[in-house]
Amino acid sequence: MTYHAGQRVRVAARSHPGHHRTPGYVKGKTGTVERAYAAFTNPETRAYGMDGLPEQPLYLVGFAQRDVWPDYPGHSRDRIYLDLFEHWLEDGE
Amino acid sequence: MSEHDHPHEPITNGDEPPAAARARALEQLLIEKGAISREDVRERIDWLVSRSPADGARLVARAWVDPEFKQRLLADARAAALELGLDPGPSPVVVAVENSDDVHHMVVCTLCSCYPRALLGPPPAWYKSLPYRSRAASDPRGVLDEFGLELRDDVELRVLDSTADIRYLVMPRRPADTEGLGEDELAALITRDSMIGVAQPSAPAAIG
Amino acid sequence: MERSVHDRGGWPDDTPIDRSEHQLADWELLTDALVGALGGRGLMNVDEMRRGIESMPPGQYERASYYERWLFSMETNLTEKGVLAPGELDTRVSG
Repeated sequence: MTYHAGQRVRVAARSHPGHHRTPGYVKGKTGTVERAYAAFTNPETRAYGMDGLPEQPLYLVGFAQRDVWPDYPGHSRDRIYLDLFEHWLEDGE
Repeated sequence: MSEHDHPHEPITNGDEPPAAARARALEQLLIEKGAISREDVRERIDWLVSRSPADGARLVARAWVDPEFKQRLLADARAAALELGLDPGPSPVVVAVENSDDVHHMVVCTLCSCYPRALLGPPPAWYKSLPYRSRAASDPRGVLDEFGLELRDDVELRVLDSTADIRYLVMPRRPADTEGLGEDELAALITRDSMIGVAQPSAPAAIG
Repeated sequence: MERSVHDRGGWPDDTPIDRSEHQLADWELLTDALVGALGGRGLMNVDEMRRGIESMPPGQYERASYYERWLFSMETNLTEKGVLAPGELDTRVSG
């Protein structure tokens, strides 16, 4: 596992034409690792009949909503958390 | 029974969409080809109809009355479910998140409809709907307004978007004036919607 | 960045959320069970299932009901894998 809880990470701003589980709204955004889960099979390859190996580390990453949405109508402390694979993350600030 | 202009149109129950006949035809074909068995289908249907929010409510009720169980639930909800003899479902990891005075959680799957079905039963249609999947992420307080749930200004709202195979369950706050209630009575207050995070648990019935 | 039609977080959508409860119809339970059965038999995994749903033409995706998308995905995947011949399901439905 490359990242640890509390670490700032940036989500790659990558367009990926095939199946992937990184929502567009969080691409290019920077958040904080909340939790490191175990590694899981890669849905991006498993979706095409491959075995999804090697397994990829998965993280729960939290973002300030105001960092995600330009006009976020809620409160400044609100957050959104996503389960993201390591190969979509890079070091944040 | 609807009229048929063309002899080759399928005969369906007038109330059902065309997809119904398609599903049944697909089942027939797959069984004929030996790809699946009738028993496979029956077992799955039996499992699906056996699922309800009662199991999730049991987990939460036990956590409310037993602080050590609560810690185990927060550490590993899948193991905690198994401890109570409940089926946590096929997901490798189930996580319970705790609401408090300062933090309220809400769950969505913006990409499809991931949901802890084993513990909550089938997801409500609204959870799978396009507007919920959209606005639960970008305007969750607006969504809570639609659901009639008002959060205090100083409460931090945390949305969890289930983008992988982890399943999330919200542990709502125990309502006031429930000290005298037993576990079963508490479980009866814990609604499906409170475990998704769009509602609070029910208030206890007035006494007397 | 272009968004796929299934990637709905923050998608502009003012439609009020319909909160009415719906009991699953028999055909919907059946469709759900078929997906599970195929998974159990190793014929279609959940990632393939999701990918199949995502391959729906955008307009069709938005108009389809939830379990119609599941049916589409099963047919797509099973045809790709040669379990179903192209058009075989259509033929059986109309036969």
